[in-house]
Amino acid sequence: MRVALFLTCVNDTLYPDTGRAVVKLLTRLGVEVDFPMAQTCCGQAHYNTGYRHEAEPLARHFSDVFGEYDAIVTPSGSCGAMVRELYPRMGERARAEGRGDTLAATLAPVVPKTYELTEFLVDVLEVTDVGAYYPHRVTYHPTCHGLRGLGLGDRPRRLLQAVRGLELAELPGAEECCGFGGTFALKNSDVSAAMGADKVRNAESTGAEVLCAADNSCLMHIGGTMARLRTGMRPVHIAEILASTEEEPAV
Amino acid sequence: MSGTYLGMPAFPKAAHEAVHDATLRGNLRHATHTIRAKRAKAVAEVSDWTELREAGKRIKDHTLRHLDRYLVQLEESVTAAGGTVHWAADADEANRIVADLVKATGESEVVKVKSMATQEIGLNEALLEEGIHAYETDLAELIVQLGKDRPSHILVPAIHRNRGEIRDIFEREMSEWGRPAPEGLTDTPAELAEAARLHLREKFLRAKVGISGANFMVAETGTLLVVESEGNGRMCLTLPETLISVVGIEKIVPTWQDLEVFLQTLPRSSTAERMNPYTTMWTGTTDGDGPSTFHLVLLDNGRTDTLADEVGRQALRCIRCSACLNVCPVYERAGGHAYGSVYPGPIGAILSPQLRGVTSEIDASLPYASSLCGACYEVCPVAIDIPEVLVHLRERVVAGGEVTSKGNKVVLKPAKGHAAERAAMRAARWAFGRPGALRTGQRLASRTRRLHPRSLPGPGRAWSGTRDLPAVPAEPFRDWWQRTRGGKDGAK
Repeated sequence: MRVALFLTCVNDTLYPDTGRAVVKLLTRLGVEVDFPMAQTCCGQAHYNTGYRHEAEPLARHFSDVFGEYDAIVTPSGSCGAMVRELYPRMGERARAEGRGDTLAATLAPVVPKTYELTEFLVDVLEVTDVGAYYPHRVTYHPTCHGLRGLGLGDRPRRLLQAVRGLELAELPGAEECCGFGGTFALKNSDVSAAMGADKVRNAESTGAEVLCAADNSCLMHIGGTMARLRTGMRPVHIAEILASTEEEPAV
Repeated sequence: MSGTYLGMPAFPKAAHEAVHDATLRGNLRHATHTIRAKRAKAVAEVSDWTELREAGKRIKDHTLRHLDRYLVQLEESVTAAGGTVHWAADADEANRIVADLVKATGESEVVKVKSMATQEIGLNEALLEEGIHAYETDLAELIVQLGKDRPSHILVPAIHRNRGEIRDIFEREMSEWGRPAPEGLTDTPAELAEAARLHLREKFLRAKVGISGANFMVAETGTLLVVESEGNGRMCLTLPETLISVVGIEKIVPTWQDLEVFLQTLPRSSTAERMNPYTTMWTGTTDGDGPSTFHLVLLDNGRTDTLADEVGRQALRCIRCSACLNVCPVYERAGGHAYGSVYPGPIGAILSPQLRGVTSEIDASLPYASSLCGACYEVCPVAIDIPEVLVHLRERVVAGGEVTSKGNKVVLKPAKGHAAERAAMRAARWAFGRPGALRTGQRLASRTRRLHPRSLPGPGRAWSGTRDLPAVPAEPFRDWWQRTRGGKDGAK
């Protein structure tokens, strides 16, 4: 199976540790993973802000880069949902606007092959115990697009529960949005900040040292709020927890 | 505070005050969280909820597709049952029709059943200009009316008020409108309800004209329905001599049997009840029973324009249950007034910019009043994909394009104030289309990381005012990959 890592532009630029963790984890599980260097961005920020026509060339580019692989794995529920949920919709809209089936045909091959990391582990590799060791008290925030867009369900929590040394604390109001929402955080910053502060207070109430999620953009917002509120908690991507072992522990 | 929403500022500005109003946030948080948990429980009791949701969606979509046919059928059924049907293209026409009908009775007072349609068209204010006083009889609407306030929730218009505030409003205002509040009124729910009951009873017994909306209209029989919890609506629907119902054209269902679906999904979604306490149905007029004169005013007011939009038309499926408001984290913090419409929350954010167009500042800002978290879509009992419509309307705001307005195709220009964003999006797309350019940018960011400011200028200030920025790493992933894996595929 030829597996490609779609790291996402945010992770690539700001959170390279997440990418290194995914490579380490998948390699440990016997998967040979490739990183196509021509990859850039799935187009979600454009699409969700109302620039659908700017997103289309990016979606085409994504298909060109990843079309030949058997599976595309991404450590982002949000970007995963963009490909799986919204690429088909972009194709339909192009058709409805009388632009034919070309876009739909171009995007169709990558849609079913794109997996969010925890989905790939549980559904494709069929593992829940990935041999990880992480001796910390952790709370898990299910991000909106992973939860409701991709329907990740309890996959991330099952993976976390199998991590040795990890103590999983339930997050009150877990399913509530943290308030990031891409450009929402800029356009409606008061509401976004209030949502973020509530999320952080809920996380603090668990007594966990670490809040983990499967999306670095949400973690950027939550982590930025945590730092500003001086909580002492840390945001950590789930990939970094799953990649951590006794021999090579993540800090 | 005026009863209308004209000239409201854009959502972010209106939300700014609400976010910092601790009482308001406390009231909203308590109310929405309570109903949210109850709704989830009431829905979980129904084993075929998913099927009911799908059925509701299909019935509404089918009806909307054949709206012309069903409306004509409804007019025939209502007329045959002794009612009179009027057609109103917009708010002004509807208000004029109702005012003329009331004046023809010689009355200067009417009692009202809680109705979103009459709120939407500003009927009370229009009637007052004609010297007619309209009294709201729903408890929450009464609180809003007495408080010279605006509704902030579809189902619980006074959700932003707590018991203490309500007591003060009753004590201060009731005497201006009729029977004063009892001496020594406290803020216990029973005492507040009793004060409202005594105040309203006088109005029910005196009124000769009642005005209502309707939750549903059945095309095959000409039957109208109102569902409610208090019974005040039923008093207004049965006691007066003349009943005037103002109803949006999308409220129609083809057959009596279709109600089976909605009378299960509506109460559970809205009040978390298995069945709403009062369901009142009326079909034309009947001698010796209920009003002897019945008028139905069918309201368009932007609905057929909305119907012309392939993505946005799903908003017309809405049965006004308000489940999306109660679950929305943005509504919870921004409050209902920030939406500048009688339709607040997620449904308001897609309905108002369609019914009114996106030309005003507030309407152009509403499609962005969401983090696209999808909770609203998940709870919607008729499966309106609110996030999809929000993104569609954002496109309308930033890119303009063809829309239907008052029945005519018009080409909208992009809204003002998005030029910088548009340029940034284009630049980002250009860079993302060229992996080499992206890489150059990443390296530049990494190399200058020590120089990055802790706070951002321009629109970025909104971010760095409350959150710390992440530090840019020394090496982007792709450089690490190429360094350690040798860039096997030889890409640029």
